Amino acid sequence: MEFTIANARLLDGSVVDVSVTNGVISEIGNGLNKGEKVDAAKNLLIPGLVDLHTHLREPGREDSETVATGSMAAAKGGFTAISAMANTFPVADTAGVVEQVYRLGQEAGFCDVFPIGAVTQGLAGKSLAELGAMANSKARVRIFSDDGKCVSDSLLMRRALEYVKTFNGIIAQHAQEPALTVDSQMNEGVVSSKLGLVGWPAVAEEAIIARDILLAEHVGSRLHICHLTTAGGVDLVRFAKSRGINVTAEVTPHHLLLTDDLVSNYDPVFKVNPPLRTERDVLALRNGLADGTIDIVGTDHAPHPTEDKDCEWQSAAFGMVGLETALSVVVKAMIDTKLMSWADLVNRMSITPAKIAGYERHGQQIKVGTAANLTIIDTSANWIVDRNRLASKSKNTPFEGMQLPAQVLHTFLNGKQVLKDGVIMNGGALE
Amino acid sequence: MNKHLLSINDLSAEEAIEILNTASELAKISDGPMKKLPTLRGRTVVNLFFEDSTRTRISFESAAKRLSADVINFSAKGSSVSKGESLKDTAQTLQAMGADAVVIRHGASGAAQRLADSGWISASVINAGDGTHEHPTQALLDAYTIRSKFPEFNRSFKGLRVAIVGDILHSRVARSNVLLLTKLGATVTLVAPPTLIPVGVVDWNVKVSYDLDSTLKDIDVLMMLRVQSERMANSFFPSEREYSRGYGLDITRLSALNPNAIVMHPGPMNRGLEISAESADSHKSVVLAQVSNGVLVRMAVLYQLLGGAALTGEVSV
Repeated sequence: MEFTIANARLLDGSVVDVSVTNGVISEIGNGLNKGEKVDAAKNLLIPGLVDLHTHLREPGREDSETVATGSMAAAKGGFTAISAMANTFPVADTAGVVEQVYRLGQEAGFCDVFPIGAVTQGLAGKSLAELGAMANSKARVRIFSDDGKCVSDSLLMRRALEYVKTFNGIIAQHAQEPALTVDSQMNEGVVSSKLGLVGWPAVAEEAIIARDILLAEHVGSRLHICHLTTAGGVDLVRFAKSRGINVTAEVTPHHLLLTDDLVSNYDPVFKVNPPLRTERDVLALRNGLADGTIDIVGTDHAPHPTEDKDCEWQSAAFGMVGLETALSVVVKAMIDTKLMSWADLVNRMSITPAKIAGYERHGQQIKVGTAANLTIIDTSANWIVDRNRLASKSKNTPFEGMQLPAQVLHTFLNGKQVLKDGVIMNGGALE
Repeated sequence: MNKHLLSINDLSAEEAIEILNTASELAKISDGPMKKLPTLRGRTVVNLFFEDSTRTRISFESAAKRLSADVINFSAKGSSVSKGESLKDTAQTLQAMGADAVVIRHGASGAAQRLADSGWISASVINAGDGTHEHPTQALLDAYTIRSKFPEFNRSFKGLRVAIVGDILHSRVARSNVLLLTKLGATVTLVAPPTLIPVGVVDWNVKVSYDLDSTLKDIDVLMMLRVQSERMANSFFPSEREYSRGYGLDITRLSALNPNAIVMHPGPMNRGLEISAESADSHKSVVLAQVSNGVLVRMAVLYQLLGGAALTGEVSV
């Protein structure tokens, strides 16, 4: 039950040994010899990454991902906690479904899986789901989202924001005004006009963000904006924070790197909702993440089977897998560009998401007494994305063939090594 | 020339002119005693139509037959969205049947490009209209028609003034025509209510006007687009009558045109909505010439893509 991570480089540059006993960091120092030794070889040791936006597809679409395969992808990507979105079949809108997903995550044992509950029954946007029952279930749900769909009804959104105050819950909004995005296929702009694809205008996101920050202010509740994609959205969140409104915001790795001109060949691997935007938006998102306007990175990992992408654009599903490329893409977009430090990255991808969600055993400073949810990264490595080597059951990555910086070497979940030298460990070697 | 014709962007100005010249050559042959050429004997052209379009299909069919190709008409309306009959499966069926060229009409923008790019099929792909994206052979036949009416623009459209009027936002004809006309040097003005102009039009190298009347005097070619009444249901304009008053070509507007100006329409026309019967049937209208030129231009495209033997050699046979 005891091992030592030797020669681990910390964010401050110091190189230390970290001993782990019964899942908890028991000692930090030099020349430690407790139990078996894992040589970190001066690679960077950080708290495990935390994702607040993951689609695991189980129950219902096990052909694209299961809780187990998604958890493996998470471990490979350096995540020790992920948050399963509610748009499964059946929808995670009851205590039964969220408990099932939570249990499947525990059984798989590659990372902690925290279910997100639906805001409305069946994601239909008509009436509230049993938020209290999900909060009080074994899954202890605190984040509620109809993600994939927007809670567009203003009154229902207000009620949801108010209701979750009972248990300090948070409403994570997929900001998309439905009337402005009927049949929309991609960002509305120069590229959509040329390609003849129905546009998804930035204002459809910004209008909902504006409404919801005002609602959150009015009722004094916690609001989280999922996958921000527009420069205007960043401005609105910045404004809300300057007013002291309790809002947090998220950006995906793909929206930090890719732009809508990639759609030009109509390859549906670039079809995602919300859509890829313009370079101006990408730069605004990067600046927003760097200055803290955007609090966290969320992957919006969205697996789809081959047949749902191997077709004409209009018929294809929205979404991209992202757990296994998230860290590297953020390094490329934010650290290689000198916009952020590694400490900032750890803040946006581990500490802050854990704090927002209340995942107490994750995103902790590396110190004696905290849970050993840890990740070791080779910060100088480069690798080329190969879709066939993804642990995820689905292969719909937009980064295929791209060279990316930084590689996850080892991941430890509650003191158990689940990833060793980039390879998933079944059962775990060190306990 | 490329293997496929998916977009006007696949063509340089020279290649476009070359297609028009080939069509002119074919026109001379068509006027002679031998209407049918042996050029594509033994080759198979498939008309793959996911949307109804009798006129475009007949035009391609007749073009292929006049070049002696075998023609298979594959009507797959509706199957693109119904599970189990995907574009991919259909394409692979055609591949197994040995198609040399696939002429595709599809409701989804980019379907032709997907067919060409995805490795499902080795045939040449000709885009016969994909969603609201492009309809390149329509633009080529329009250019051919313009050239036949204005011989002074035989090599280049520099100085030619064209107005395209109507539902630009949803029109594949407009997109292909804007690309080809500007590539050939013409000055293009788009005329429509703002709701029917794409937001990305700034990138199109065209002028935009919301006022048809002020545009009429300064143009050589007036291209009217079909307006579907379903647009009204989605509030793109308040009523058919209001649209017609603002943007329809009635007899008053027709008489405001230059004496030499021509009126075009890709068909089918909504008489009384975007064009009045008098205008459609006037001596300025070249609508029927567009139809007959369509066959010639599509022959030229098939000929160039499938690499038929030298045209002059065959004429003497």
